[in-house]
Amino acid sequence: MTSIMNFIHALGQYDFLQSALIAAIMVGVMSGIIGSFIILRGMSMMGDAISHAVLPGVAVAYMLGINVLIGASIFGILAAGLIGFVVSHSKIKTDTSIGIVFSAFYALGFILISLAESSTNLHHILFGNILAVSDTDIMTTTVILGLVILFVVFFYKELLITSFDATYAQTYGLKVHILHYALMFVLTLVTVSALQTVGIILVVAMLITPAATAFLWTDRLATMLVLSASIGAVASVVGLYFSYTLNWASGPAIVLVAAVFFGISFVISPKQALFPRLWHGTNAKKKRVIA
Amino acid sequence: MLTVKNLTVAYDDTPVFTDVAVNFNAGKITGIIGPNGAGKSTLIKAMLGLIKAQSGTVLSDGHDLKQLQKQIAYVEQRKDLDLSFPISVFEVVMTGTYGKLGLFRQPGKAARDASRAALEQVDLAEFADRQIGQLSGGQLQRVFVARAIVQEAQVIILDEPFVGIDLQSETAIMAILKQWRDAGKTIIVVHHDLNKVSHYFDDLVILNHGIIDYGPVDDVYTADNIERTFSADLSAVLFSPAGGSKK
Ligand SMILES: Nc1ncnc2c1ncn2[C@@H]1O[C@H](COP(=O)(O)OP(=O)(O)O)[C@@H](O)[C@H]1O
Ligand SMILES: [Mg+2]
Repeated sequence: MTSIMNFIHALGQYDFLQSALIAAIMVGVMSGIIGSFIILRGMSMMGDAISHAVLPGVAVAYMLGINVLIGASIFGILAAGLIGFVVSHSKIKTDTSIGIVFSAFYALGFILISLAESSTNLHHILFGNILAVSDTDIMTTTVILGLVILFVVFFYKELLITSFDATYAQTYGLKVHILHYALMFVLTLVTVSALQTVGIILVVAMLITPAATAFLWTDRLATMLVLSASIGAVASVVGLYFSYTLNWASGPAIVLVAAVFFGISFVISPKQALFPRLWHGTNAKKKRVIA
Repeated sequence: MLTVKNLTVAYDDTPVFTDVAVNFNAGKITGIIGPNGAGKSTLIKAMLGLIKAQSGTVLSDGHDLKQLQKQIAYVEQRKDLDLSFPISVFEVVMTGTYGKLGLFRQPGKAARDASRAALEQVDLAEFADRQIGQLSGGQLQRVFVARAIVQEAQVIILDEPFVGIDLQSETAIMAILKQWRDAGKTIIVVHHDLNKVSHYFDDLVILNHGIIDYGPVDDVYTADNIERTFSADLSAVLFSPAGGSKK
């Protein structure tokens, strides 16, 4: 209890902690939203791949002194395009293509970072450095959060139908692959924001774990998006608290909290129903009623 | 009338069929039959532009079908959809309005009313709020027919809609197809159960890596054609004086 009071007190006192909290919440929300579409499309591997594939972009951006977002976006989209190109121009399956492209990009990223001679940076890129969030970082994260929300609001029905039934979307003339690349682009932006809080290695956890947790609790996409965003935000705040109090690295702390939320949901949620008696009467009758 | 000309489709070096030419009449239910792997689904997908054809054109009353994409509804063969997707029966039917809405417009009251009416037509009104995975195969197929109703398409194509579904659903779907036909629409049904061919269809296309025959069902559904396409045994069973399905 006292440590929670300490945390709240420190929040009032230290700007860096406030910035960290704001960034953590925003990243939790945006990755919860985009992550929902990633898991519903069966693209968890792709999410992991893109988040790793931005590394060379980050390195190049450092070297040239340009905005990290630009470098990361270019390499993120390039990786998504290459993965698709290999699949459509050979008999190689998607997961194999993902494995080849993302490991190559990741490896390239390491070499470029070592050329840039900033090993401290590398550590932060890999594991996150939430206590060093600058005002500019907050600015860009806010803009990206806005973009993510606008993207999902404006293209809600397109995202829904291409995730659920892409063939149908194609028959009425929707440009399914353009939407796919738009989603990949937004995903790279989210990845760059999440670099700050959880680091490249754990970005995929922020995309998938809150979304999967939300999925266990609802049968409606809109509800899932809101739930997932909330779980992402709460996990980030609680993780930050542990990070501050116990001096844990922020990324692993946030990711572990999210995993605990998932674990609890896995045991008690209605869809999972490891303990169906818990939900007797409300959801028991909803389970598989087949005429 | 839907006119297919010189249609050639190949997945790899050997074409599934070459230079297919066939017509589908408005105001008729046309069946497509043929052995497994004959190219029935391929023909339909090529007509819909879902796979690229090597050559050929598909015209609807003389206009290129590509410009009329929103006029076609397609009910796929045995969809391997994610049945755990967080979407309700009602929402799936509503997606039938998406094509005509276009980008940036959200379905409104008209779309909801149409979806509700379509669900009633396929007798699933009470299932509207149910998650899509909580339906039987037949009910699920009826949901996709309801979506096709909402699309208000002129051409409706169904690929093996009756496989693995209950008789009640099959009857309900067939009733809708007949309503569509009587409203002058073009209905195309890929079919596997030869027994019901002359009951269900007005016109028939027999396909086996190319068109074997097509035209009014009475002219095309003959012992000779079935023997040529499938086997003499099957033909003998179907057309024997005792157990034949033909009048
Ligand atoms: N995606 C594909 N890639 C390669 N070959 C295919 C593909 N789909 C179908 N084929 C082949 O094309 C032929 C026709 O298939 P299909 O149109 O599905 O037959 P039907 O629907 O009549 O059973 C078969 O030999 C099948 O193996
Ligand atoms: Mg088929």
